[in-house]
Amino acid sequence: MSSRAEILALLRENARYSAEDMARQTDLDPAEVEDVIAELEADGVIAGYQAIIDYRELEDERVRALVELNVTLDRETSYADIAERLAKFPEVEGLRLVSGDYDFDMEVEGDSMSEVSRFISEKVAPVPEITQTVTHYVMESYKERGIVFGDGDDDDRLSVSP
Amino acid sequence: MQVSDRVDGVPPSGIRRFFELAEEMDDLISLGVGEPDFSAPWSARDAAIASLERGETSYTANRGKRELREAIADHQAEKYGLGYDPDDEIIVTTGASEGLDLAMRALVDPGDTVAVAQPSYISYVPGVMFAGGEPLPVPTRAEDEFKLTREVLEDAGAQEADALVYCYPNNPTGATMTGDELEAVAAFCREHDLIVLADEIYAALTYEHDHTSIATLPGMRERTVVFNGFSKAYAMTGLRLGYAMGPAKAIGAMNRVHQYTMLSAPTTAQHAALDALENCDDDVADMREQYDRRRNFVLSRFSEMGIDCFEAAGAFYAFPECPTDDAQAFAEDLIQEKKVAVVPGDVFGAGGSGHLRVSYATGLDDLKTALNRIEAFMD
Ligand SMILES: Cc1ncc(COP(=O)(O)O)c(C=O)c1O
Repeated sequence: MSSRAEILALLRENARYSAEDMARQTDLDPAEVEDVIAELEADGVIAGYQAIIDYRELEDERVRALVELNVTLDRETSYADIAERLAKFPEVEGLRLVSGDYDFDMEVEGDSMSEVSRFISEKVAPVPEITQTVTHYVMESYKERGIVFGDGDDDDRLSVSP
Repeated sequence: MQVSDRVDGVPPSGIRRFFELAEEMDDLISLGVGEPDFSAPWSARDAAIASLERGETSYTANRGKRELREAIADHQAEKYGLGYDPDDEIIVTTGASEGLDLAMRALVDPGDTVAVAQPSYISYVPGVMFAGGEPLPVPTRAEDEFKLTREVLEDAGAQEADALVYCYPNNPTGATMTGDELEAVAAFCREHDLIVLADEIYAALTYEHDHTSIATLPGMRERTVVFNGFSKAYAMTGLRLGYAMGPAKAIGAMNRVHQYTMLSAPTTAQHAALDALENCDDDVADMREQYDRRRNFVLSRFSEMGIDCFEAAGAFYAFPECPTDDAQAFAEDLIQEKKVAVVPGDVFGAGGSGHLRVSYATGLDDLKTALNRIEAFMD
């Protein structure tokens, strides 16, 4: 594995590993780890770092919705143009062009259901190219980006074994 | 009630004491575990569940499901270049443990000498004794990185032995052997006409070079039984499934014991195993990658602490030199004072004393904390 691939694998596992701990897990030294990360950031490969939050464990749970968007294109407007416009809204947490029955898969987050609904009816639906929106409110999240929510696995192994 | 002299003559395992000490401790981090910290791949578990739903709860053929034996033959051919006939050269067993026991009983006569490369997994010596054989410890040496060499075989008098049992990649040392290094062992066994029982249960977990099976070396297939299983590579210890491969005569004799004492290996586990071979290469690769990172981490930390440790290149163990003279005392005090469990090397037989088995089948966070505690303990 290249050192870039190695560092990416480590950061995907835990973006809070220290450079020292990453160095200990690879053949690199801490300075090299820092260099690789700086390079990945500069190249735009690493676009950011975020915590994965289980909102159920928080007092003020956020409301999330997955919104299917259908659009029609014309000569002047491309998917990218529509995406650019939508992505500017801070309410939009995720936006992907997908194959299948609809065009965009949009993730929206807000403090309440009415806030999210209002955002969709007032800001998204009126966009001229958007012909249809279907909103799915997230009722429960079980796994986000590879992390399963819950109590975690208890280690039920014998504490010492041959 | 009276117990047999045969059983009475086998001392209880030295690992027991550490288990009991460790069990008493809250917040213990154990680096003393000899099994993966992962669960079996979901795909394999799912296949087992599906087989239960279909009601497949009967015995299988004595030697294991035909489909599974075929998959084992293909897998072993692809990974290690071994060629065994699923009809009469492969037997599916209840863990590699059963396979080893079958081989001892089927191939060792009372009074036969079985050379046991040590430090080793703790079941070989009792296995030989239960079969009425005489175990002959062959201590490997730290300066050889715990590899088996012609010299240590000769020093131990293994030329007089009838069989040799060993395990590489090794538990407890993490040592591996290359094809060239194994050839010296093979030559010795050919010269002195030894049967070889090769425990290759950690074959999938090597980090510096690919695993070579001694049975692929010239003149060795006819004198070797290879043991492997699903416990380590596929994190399936509790499903109890392994297999043995060897010449039809040896496997037939083992099956004679197996058909009377076991009938067949667990059916549900056989379904999981078949799926594991068909669908779980990526899971194995993932786990292997994580072990390798932890191995690097552990070896780096030992070197930072000034603890001497050779570059263990397989399984999920490092085998550092104990920083103090008495490894037993060190391990006991470490549990009691710092709540970290490791296993002193002498539990694993000759050649292990003065060392500690440190398992890295533990998540990185715990591993890191445990090593910090060891560092603090040494101050
Ligand atoms: C070297 C070695 N051989 C065999 C076994 C037993 O494996 P199984 O679970 O397949 O019986 C172990 C388990 O710790 C082992 O370390």
